[in-house]
Amino acid sequence: MKLLLYISDAIIPILLFIILFHALLGKGRVYEDFLEGAKDGFHTVIGIMPTLIGLMCAVGVLRASGFLTDLAVWLGKIIPEEVFPSVLLPAAIVKMFSSSAATGLVLDIFKEYGPDSSNGLIVSLMGSCTETIFYTMSVYFMSVGIRKTRWTLAGALVATLAGLIASVILGQML
Amino acid sequence: MNYLWAGMLLLGIVYGGFRGEMAAITEAALSSAKEAVSLCITLLGVMCFWVGMMNIAQKSGLLRTLAEKLDPLLNFLFPTLKKETKAKEYIATNVIANIFGLGWAATPAGLSAMQELKKVSRQKEGVASREMCTFLVLNISSLQLIPVNMIAYRSQYGSANPSMITGPAILATAISTLVAVIFCKLACMGREDRL
Repeated sequence: MKLLLYISDAIIPILLFIILFHALLGKGRVYEDFLEGAKDGFHTVIGIMPTLIGLMCAVGVLRASGFLTDLAVWLGKIIPEEVFPSVLLPAAIVKMFSSSAATGLVLDIFKEYGPDSSNGLIVSLMGSCTETIFYTMSVYFMSVGIRKTRWTLAGALVATLAGLIASVILGQML
Repeated sequence: MNYLWAGMLLLGIVYGGFRGEMAAITEAALSSAKEAVSLCITLLGVMCFWVGMMNIAQKSGLLRTLAEKLDPLLNFLFPTLKKETKAKEYIATNVIANIFGLGWAATPAGLSAMQELKKVSRQKEGVASREMCTFLVLNISSLQLIPVNMIAYRSQYGSANPSMITGPAILATAISTLVAVIFCKLACMGREDRL
């Protein structure tokens, strides 16, 4: 456990060291290369800034309207409790839109049921095997001006659903 | 993307109207805009630094070595990219950063990969190529092996064994990624890219 956290703390500095060391061995012009890349990174962020603002406003409005939480309540009535615990639905749905908002809901569940309860375990797994669909899609696609995303959304939803089902089954087995 | 975005906004406004949450919606739109700008400022620093470091690794050939190790896997997932080494270098960096849970290193590499994929795309302007779709679905399926954040939250909230989820989390991630790969392979079979 301690070792795991140490590795995750140390991995970035070690990586930076390796990159620089390897480049200097090959007599790379490291600072010039760095600046060239940094400039690209700068332009990319400026390019996706309007996208991010537009997306986050839309997600913010949707969340404030109460639609996502109500959707979770309705789904909870349709889906039997044994298949998917209804208290976990808000976290599962919000995670598709916003990672930080989902983290808040996960922590609420930890507080109420405890991280080692069945619900706590399921939600830990859910958070570990899903990503924010809409954020990733809009940032990546908009950065290269893609409007037609074809089967990306369908694939993302199928993969997320598989992850959710696996989380519930594995979480109940633990 | 157009419908998705407009749909979220319209649904939010109409639904919020019925529930009498109009004030909250105005507030959310304004505060989200502000939040997005501060996120961008954070991102600006991270992206400049990390894309800069990545450029060093790219020039020195470190990324190529990395991509060569992943070559069999990448050629299976992206059969049309056999000769596109630069795109594969960035994809390999993104995949590895994701596996180790370095989200802030994965995004810059992912965006660079998208730019390379756009250069070799055989689709019309504004239409995603199959390689782009596959790459994104894989990213969304989550590749992270050890859920470090989640383990930290669990220990913060008094779990007796915070890291007990590691094994099952790897399994759950493997399942969602496997489903994603199968889906992408089937979808790629279905429709031919336009030349």
